[in-house]
Amino acid sequence: MTPKSPPRKSSWSWRSRAFRGLVYQVVALALIGLAAWFLWSNTLTNMRVRGIQSGFDFLSQPAGFSIGESLYPFDSGESYLRAFGVGLTNTLRVAVAGIVLATILGTLIGIGRFSRNGLVRALCSAYVECFRNIPVLLQLLVWYLVLTEVFPTIQNAWKLGPFFLSKGGLNFPAPVWGPGELWLGAGLAAGAALAWGWRHRARRQFDLTGRARSMFWVPLALLLAGAFGGWLAGGASTVLDYPVKGEFAVENGGALTPEFLALLLGLTMYTAGFIAEVVRSGIASVPAGQAEAASALGLDRQLEIRLILLPQALRVIIPPLTNQYLNLTKNSSLAVAIGYPDIVSIANTAMNQTGRAVECIAILMSVYLTLSLLTSGGMNWYNARVAIKER
Amino acid sequence: MTEPIIRFDKVNKWYGNSFHVLRDIDLAVGRGEKIVICGPSGSGKSTLIRCINRLEEHQEGRLVVDGVELTDDVKAVDEVRKKVGMVFQQFNLFPHLTVLDNLTLSPMWVGNLPRKEAVDKAMQQLERVRIADQANKFPLQLSGGQQQRVAIARALCLTPKIMLFDEPTSALDPEMIKEVLDVMIELASQGITMLCVTHEMGFAKAVADRVIFMDEGQIVESNEPHEFFNNPRSERSRDFLSKILGH
Amino acid sequence: MDAASPSSADWRPVAPRPAPRRTEGAWPWMRANLFGSWQTTLATLVLGGLLLWLVPRLADWALLRAVWAPDLAACKAMEGVGACWGVIAEKYRVIIFGRYPFEEQWRPLAATVLMVAMLVASCTRPFWKRWLVVLWAVALAAFFALMYGNTLGLSKVETDRWGGLPLTILLSSLSIVLAFPIALLVALGRRSNLPAIRAFCTIYVELIRGVPLISVLFMASFMFPLFMPPGLTIDVLIRVLVGITLFAAAYLAEVIRGGLQAVPKGQVEAAATLGLSYWQTQRKIVLPQALAMVVPSIVNSFISIFKDTSLVSIVSLYDLTGALDLAVNADANWKPFKLQGYFFIALIYFLFCFAMSRYSRWVERQLNAGRRR
Repeated sequence: MTPKSPPRKSSWSWRSRAFRGLVYQVVALALIGLAAWFLWSNTLTNMRVRGIQSGFDFLSQPAGFSIGESLYPFDSGESYLRAFGVGLTNTLRVAVAGIVLATILGTLIGIGRFSRNGLVRALCSAYVECFRNIPVLLQLLVWYLVLTEVFPTIQNAWKLGPFFLSKGGLNFPAPVWGPGELWLGAGLAAGAALAWGWRHRARRQFDLTGRARSMFWVPLALLLAGAFGGWLAGGASTVLDYPVKGEFAVENGGALTPEFLALLLGLTMYTAGFIAEVVRSGIASVPAGQAEAASALGLDRQLEIRLILLPQALRVIIPPLTNQYLNLTKNSSLAVAIGYPDIVSIANTAMNQTGRAVECIAILMSVYLTLSLLTSGGMNWYNARVAIKER
Repeated sequence: MTEPIIRFDKVNKWYGNSFHVLRDIDLAVGRGEKIVICGPSGSGKSTLIRCINRLEEHQEGRLVVDGVELTDDVKAVDEVRKKVGMVFQQFNLFPHLTVLDNLTLSPMWVGNLPRKEAVDKAMQQLERVRIADQANKFPLQLSGGQQQRVAIARALCLTPKIMLFDEPTSALDPEMIKEVLDVMIELASQGITMLCVTHEMGFAKAVADRVIFMDEGQIVESNEPHEFFNNPRSERSRDFLSKILGH
Repeated sequence: MDAASPSSADWRPVAPRPAPRRTEGAWPWMRANLFGSWQTTLATLVLGGLLLWLVPRLADWALLRAVWAPDLAACKAMEGVGACWGVIAEKYRVIIFGRYPFEEQWRPLAATVLMVAMLVASCTRPFWKRWLVVLWAVALAAFFALMYGNTLGLSKVETDRWGGLPLTILLSSLSIVLAFPIALLVALGRRSNLPAIRAFCTIYVELIRGVPLISVLFMASFMFPLFMPPGLTIDVLIRVLVGITLFAAAYLAEVIRGGLQAVPKGQVEAAATLGLSYWQTQRKIVLPQALAMVVPSIVNSFISIFKDTSLVSIVSLYDLTGALDLAVNADANWKPFKLQGYFFIALIYFLFCFAMSRYSRWVERQLNAGRRR
């Protein structure tokens, strides 16, 4: 007998679960809709009363303010939209630098808590406790104060080799992009290709003969040799733009403002404490039996870490690590308190000048929300890929 | 008489300053001998066999495995570990690698075998424990009994002379104990030296050349299974047997 | 049978004796942990040397040659050589209490002590009963009565004069207390079978968690006045409180949802076979277990919110961080010693947060001990 489809149940009685669910949702949506309408109509009224315009058209108008530092040139005649763009690049600049530095520092400290040396362990624990229990805003303010008060004036700037350190920030020799540097880049690319080729060949040789060839040092040497060769081919130029102490400021060279430095230092040291905890708990999550089994099979410590401990620990470390990266990016919004022109500062200035609070805050929130969603999405994809397969 | 493959000579071990976990252990294991070690918990049985592949270090006495004395010398320890295979109570399979990768790991990275040979060897061992069809699954996709059989196959891939079993069936559900014990019995019939810490007395009766009873860090009794189970000579052995054979 | 194996006839028990080489105790610990191998010894020497150089200098600056009295001349004389803790002695009232009228400062002191006592009490077992909610309501009422006044013969003090430590504690405690029921509902809503409710709760949580707190505070500061009917103004303190509460509720909702997921499905099924309704099941079976499991995470959320209240100084509320600016920025005499002021409030934050994180770890150990078989 052919199977029949189940009879359609539809009842309008209050006792039906589906009906009740429907009613609850309708009521909830109606309440939310009502609240939203209430807020919306108030907003419109208030804006009319106060004479506030609305709309995103202000974005094309000239900004009327200049920005302290930016990756690309900006003057006060450019549009608000471009100003927001500068803010975004400033945010990303400090976020990316902070993420890299905090990861390195945090990983070292996290691993240091397993050191055989009791002193190293104690110092790492002290670092983590200290920096995690003080608000990040306070840390930023202290760094900013130190960089602007304790550092000498530009006239008396500290000189370390070609570097200048003063209240005006850090000045460093910057590379000058010329044809020589292009050769350098080409050499680097060639070195990278050779290194990749070596690793590929080494892996195949290992499978075929069982002899392990160097997978790190030789490719690194190839990479550096390629870069060096390219540099030689480009004329071995050692031209750098050196900073020179002028009358009121240090000229030439590259510069990092004290605001950027304070923000970078504060965010790095704070987030490194959290990353250290994440790394520590990831390493500790691998059961001791895994190391024992590896020892029993004759694997030495290096192989044990590389093949057994690290893959398992990384699976536990990566999700909370991405969370910390997001936190660092969100914490960079505190730049508004020390005058670094990130996107929140720019939005604040724009809000004050145009009165368009709703639009500016909406732009702000969308930017951060996009960054967050992209990162969570990427992380979910990674998680699904490396999940340890169970029943 | 031929030289014993394992010799404990007045071996003593402490945990910390005062817990004397192995006391004056004197033991000689002959080649191809099957020994079952039993005793109450805390008696030092696991510690004893873990000393053999230096997962635990002894503080006093001499321990010689297949002609190599176990000391702080790292090379000696590595040499010994290539000849000794171990099966753990918690299986300790590597969850992020497939069953096949679990088995080929040591032969490729420590034994320097080419991949093809390592895979052949691994498949051979998997056939031996009758689980070859699961070669490409991940450990957590298998049942407990299957995982333990994979663990036995993994230890066998080193072609060890000695196999150590640390309560291999204690973490298994009852219906899976038999499949693991069957594999161990088959292994025993193939001439390998085995030391097994277990409570499975049926296994001891079927396979063991000797049963060793330990209590409070000492070897109290060491006898043939038949003698041990029917004529336990010391008070403590009698007590222990009545507890575990009574139900 | 080998001759070397013990024959039971001449077996003698061996008495335990102490280890020949001690592995526990101060000297063995140092030998193993500080001088175990040549790399360890090298690290110990280098780090130890650095510390031996640094610590006496720090102690000199911070303690030995520091100026403790609020003496401006002495501080200026010791500038760079000794710390000027005199700035704290001089300004601590403004730093801790903000712009609260000087004579009435016993009131915020009493209110803060009351709040801290309530928080500590809520953490101890004897207080985990139903009447704790009532007690909190009474304590909050007393807090507001003390701070705001205008009753019981106390003079009125407007909220814009509240500041310093009482404000920090008020904002963090009140926002967590108010956020809790919201977070409960949102967490349950995210796990509900009704798609509309689930979507709404998910959007709320993901939206708030994706943006920094400063943007929520901006929203509270600049947008909330627009949401209200014309003519109705709300106190900036209430606006900020609402903003922090909404923020905290999203994070708490995720924590609670984690706990809800950890409750085995069998519990809900058993409750269903006993005839309990949805709300009864949640109230009596699921939530008690879920919340007990995530108490350490809830305490961690509280620590985060406590630190995050420092952000209200950006929207012109003078909490502990903002009050320092208030105390020192205007006073050109003491301004050079602002760094010492920062260290002082950093110490206050550290003490509170460290104590709370220790408590959270203690609770975690208690929970694990209860679950170990």
